[in-house]
Amino acid sequence: MSLNRRSFLGTGLALGAALSAPSALGQARPRVVIVGGGAGGATAARYIAKDSGGAIDVVLIEPGKTYYTCFFSNLYLGGFRDLASIAHDYGRLASQYGINVIHDLAVDIDREARSVALASGHALGYDRLIVSPGIDFVDGAVPGWDLTVQNRMPHAWKAGSQTQLLKAQIEAMREGGVFCMVAPPDPYRCPPGPYERISMVAHVLKERNPTAKILIVDPKEKFSKQALFEEGWGRHYPGMIERIGPDFGAANVEVRPDSMEVVIDGTPETVDVCNVIPAQKAGHIAGIAGLANDSGFCPIVPGTMQSRIDENIYILGDATIAGDMPKSAFSANSQAKVAAMQVRAALIGARAFPAKYSNTCWSLIDTGDGVKVGASYQAAEDKIAKVDGFVSQTGEDAALRKATFEESLGWYAGITADIFG
Amino acid sequence: MREELSLVLALALGGAGAGRAETHVEAIGDPVRGAEIWVYCSGCHEIGPEAQASIGPPLTGLFGRRAATVAGFPYSRSMQRAGQDGLTWTFETLDAYLENPVVLVSGTRMSFPGLEDAGERADLLAFLRQYSDKPSNIPEAAPTARAGDPELSEATLALAGDPGWGEYLSSECTTCHQRDGSDQGIPSITLWPERKFVLAMHAYKQHLRPHPVMQMMAGRLSDEEIAALAAYFGALGL
Repeated sequence: MSLNRRSFLGTGLALGAALSAPSALGQARPRVVIVGGGAGGATAARYIAKDSGGAIDVVLIEPGKTYYTCFFSNLYLGGFRDLASIAHDYGRLASQYGINVIHDLAVDIDREARSVALASGHALGYDRLIVSPGIDFVDGAVPGWDLTVQNRMPHAWKAGSQTQLLKAQIEAMREGGVFCMVAPPDPYRCPPGPYERISMVAHVLKERNPTAKILIVDPKEKFSKQALFEEGWGRHYPGMIERIGPDFGAANVEVRPDSMEVVIDGTPETVDVCNVIPAQKAGHIAGIAGLANDSGFCPIVPGTMQSRIDENIYILGDATIAGDMPKSAFSANSQAKVAAMQVRAALIGARAFPAKYSNTCWSLIDTGDGVKVGASYQAAEDKIAKVDGFVSQTGEDAALRKATFEESLGWYAGITADIFG
Repeated sequence: MREELSLVLALALGGAGAGRAETHVEAIGDPVRGAEIWVYCSGCHEIGPEAQASIGPPLTGLFGRRAATVAGFPYSRSMQRAGQDGLTWTFETLDAYLENPVVLVSGTRMSFPGLEDAGERADLLAFLRQYSDKPSNIPEAAPTARAGDPELSEATLALAGDPGWGEYLSSECTTCHQRDGSDQGIPSITLWPERKFVLAMHAYKQHLRPHPVMQMMAGRLSDEEIAALAAYFGALGL
């Protein structure tokens, strides 16, 4: 039997929420709890609520009341967006979709009892759980750096106050100073992100502080859109940007925040602003709940986004080992729609179709010079596999690059409406 | 525009009858069997993180590499010319090269007669692919799987779309195209007449319309999926 959303309209609401305990399928209104209100979690919440017409009790747990998107936060650093334009709240998810938004922090998951413990002391039962916790940093990944020194050396890899701080430091940098980025090893959130950030910092410095230098200390041999970025840096910011790769010791780096030094393979360099983006792992709660493996990330079933460790739990976005898919908001949003469909199928018998995944990443190199890379993915037996893709080409004309940038603005408006309603 | 659509229409109506288009994905080949075939290559080539030039160039990072670009390796003039002309190693070019090297690069120094069996070539390529960039780290890296390739059938335009299926599929569109029809940098796709929608999607699928994102998105939609999307978007808000 296939139940569509119309047959549930009204009836679900009339049943009311069973707040104390999770319901068995077919009795009271089943409950989905979603941990994390970013591109994965908020999308999943919205799609389950929207397409189940009240038949599922959707609870979203997110500590922050304002969500600053990491995507486009580099454009804020570059002066192309203001902070308010990348800020989103959860008001419409509550008012228009009936989602129960709880501003609290999930601190534990009891998988046996199907219950999530919150920092406030409350516990929430669930029929299905969606975990979309984003990333955390690996302890000791960059010797000398930890969260206690993040104001001396900001990461700004979770958008908000850190991004504001980094922008202020860039703008206050002494004339002719050095901006240094310690880039992360694979895998990490947003593969082209560090290099778009370099472009945006260079854009600001070219205007305000043209004798300043940019140093990238990068443990990776290669990086995403490398040919496009390097061509763009040569054209827009000649002589400003230097990248040190692993061949010259960048895999062996430590920082000394007190003296603002970066030690590359034993040789200290004094810098003026230092953006440390450490190695990453799945958000902390995934580890607490035993959903991550030795890699620090969470294995998933390619066709459903279910945890390989617990079939009642779905995991989304940067926290997952999503095969060939990069860690991006676009990927998380794409995965969330598959999980939302599967959860509706499991709880209210909605139809489930074969999963389709996709991703596109736009990056801005300088005013009106946008590039993109994207791919489509499908569930293979053992992983989500890339089947097709495209990337902007070097030497493209200015009109195409401008159109690509304008397209990214349309995408931002589209995806944030798709995530937050 | 009109010419494009007419051409698609002609192709759609003139296409040979094809079976039901299924969406599926298959592995390129079996890397374990490929590792056995690799013994034909390993006398002259090294692969892996420590690979060096030997009689032949190292094959680590081969996928996506322009031909004849390993620094210092004494390539044949023929291979150098192919690289200058733009030959880049992909599944397609490597498959052709492995089938019969001199067909692709006439003066190549690689003294290998070729692998006739397409399955063996696929397995070897699956093995080699493991030593190039991973897509999740570098999104523009080569695919690791191939999609089933649905063909147009004569009945394509007559297909009645399943709007329920279209609703799920539409969620992939609305990441960029706004459901309420607003149009900022990315065009509106709501309330299009179904027939026009189907024609446009096939035009992307056949690379007659130029946009790379849409060529990719439409390229893996089966005829039934395009019909389902058309039915869903055509009725949206009515």
